[in-house]
Amino acid sequence: MSLENATAKSISSGPDRRRLARRKRVDVLVARTGFVVTLTVLSVLLALIGQLAVEGVGRLSWQFLTSYPSRLAAQAGILSAWVGTILVMLLTALVAVPLGLGTAVYLEEYAPKNRLTTLIDINIANLAGVPSIVYGLTALALFVYEFRLGQSFLTAGLTLTLLVLPMIIIAAREALRAVPPQIREAASALGATKWQTVKHHVLPCSMGGIMTGLILALSRAVGETAPLMTVGALSFIAFLPQPPWLSDVPFISFQWMLDPFTVMPIQMFNWVSRPQEDFHVNAAAAGLILLLMTLAMNGLGIAVRARFRKRIRW
Amino acid sequence: MDAEATKPDLLKHAQAIHVPPVFPPRFKEKVVEWLLMITALASVAVTVGIVGVLSYESFLFFRQVSVLDFLTDSQWTPLFSEPHYGILPLVSGTVVTTAVALLVAIPAGTVVAVYLSEYASPALREAVKPALELLSAVPTVVYGYFALLFVTPALQWIWPDLPGFNMLSAGFVIGIMIVPYVSSVSEDAMRAVPLALREGAYALGATRMQTSLRVVFPSALSGIAAAYVLGVSRAIGETMVVAIAAGMQPTLTWNPLEPAATMTAYIVQVSLGDLPHGSIGYRTIFATGLTLLLMTFIFNLAGHVLRKRYRQVY
Repeated sequence: MSLENATAKSISSGPDRRRLARRKRVDVLVARTGFVVTLTVLSVLLALIGQLAVEGVGRLSWQFLTSYPSRLAAQAGILSAWVGTILVMLLTALVAVPLGLGTAVYLEEYAPKNRLTTLIDINIANLAGVPSIVYGLTALALFVYEFRLGQSFLTAGLTLTLLVLPMIIIAAREALRAVPPQIREAASALGATKWQTVKHHVLPCSMGGIMTGLILALSRAVGETAPLMTVGALSFIAFLPQPPWLSDVPFISFQWMLDPFTVMPIQMFNWVSRPQEDFHVNAAAAGLILLLMTLAMNGLGIAVRARFRKRIRW
Repeated sequence: MDAEATKPDLLKHAQAIHVPPVFPPRFKEKVVEWLLMITALASVAVTVGIVGVLSYESFLFFRQVSVLDFLTDSQWTPLFSEPHYGILPLVSGTVVTTAVALLVAIPAGTVVAVYLSEYASPALREAVKPALELLSAVPTVVYGYFALLFVTPALQWIWPDLPGFNMLSAGFVIGIMIVPYVSSVSEDAMRAVPLALREGAYALGATRMQTSLRVVFPSALSGIAAAYVLGVSRAIGETMVVAIAAGMQPTLTWNPLEPAATMTAYIVQVSLGDLPHGSIGYRTIFATGLTLLLMTFIFNLAGHVLRKRYRQVY
């Protein structure tokens, strides 16, 4: 009893007490520093959005969305850029999704544990770390010159496919891995073949994760600029690609794929790198729309993830 | 095993009741497996494409320019009438912007990671993490705009004689951009530290600050180092910010207040022009790209090794 009192006394006053108080003060200081640094980093994001909004929002109008680029800043618009962005995205998704999903399913469900599988595995991890402009260089030599696809929508779509493929594969594999083995075992026990198991059970079960990965990868593709510049995007296109339909047989045309292309980031880069202030305003307006597009896609990805996480409980 | 044993019986039965098997059921399975394997090989083909193209074009380049000149010449003027092919100015530009970026991203990313993993309430963490992820979702061309038209003017307010293009603002913005890469991987590493270690420290009377800095941080160090290395390789490969905000003049300088071109900016600059395919100027971008790929590859490999090692600790 007396001993306890003595200890309590020596802590409640004297040097120990002061040391303890100082340690606590430092602790609070560190906590506040952490909070402030986190806020500072986030406020840069706010500053960026604010700067774009203040500069560009006045330029946003129906006319801006439906006009071609022009020598006169006040008349210039982003029609060819956003149409181009959507078409390039469509092509990218068309090629990258089957390839990425196929690879993920093969590696997770089929691949035997051997050298080749390990090689593919390491290879995908490495591809995810390759700078985007290197994909552009590869596409320039292969698609533009070797396969003679020219500086076209097709080239652009394939270039972005190279870029997003590793991201899609990695995300899809994680989603497939999250499906519990019992589901596969139950399907097999009922006599389903491997492919039936995958098609009817594993893929639908992992759809949430897969969709999230796809959306995030494509939203990355929307903002990519560098690889498309190396394959020769034009920044001044005052026409739309040929329509994909014809008035007579065979009614559909793929000619548009070989038309020259531009996309939103390229248009914005072109305006930023001009000295005239008027074009900087256009750049801000284009940036605002570009930012809205990517943020909307990211939001969609997060929403899909949340929805599926709530719905599926193993 | 049981499924295998009953299958012949089933087949026999199927034939007995005259169900004409169009194909043996195994055939479709094999086709699917082969198709999936072919898609998996696509990722290997991408790598072969990248390495093949860069090596081949660089090989043609180094037949005309000696490797020694490439590595030691202090001038990079491949498109002048008296060309010099020294990669050093581009490397110095890359190193300086990367260094500035890391000076921002490593302290900020680490503090954010420590704060989120050890101090922040779960609710705050759940709110801040997606917001930080948005930082990496913003298109890089938008960051370029922000660096050129917001950060540089802001810095000129402090240093009035700062040139309009400079490596400082480009590096700063890249730094902010890679904070989420650094912080999320470091946070994962710190979360992986077993709770028992923290509880031990708290039981000995340590404050949160002492626990996080002297127990958690050192335990997660290799994982955190992997995050840093990932940040380095991102910063080296970043293109649009430097192409817009740091200028495109290759100068051998180590002063971040000066304009300079990085390897990525040079590739973009050349792609904007109209260089004839197969000329020496065209090949310089592949030699530059190969250098870039090798540099990032070293860092990616180091990050991979570090992450593997820290996984084995617990």
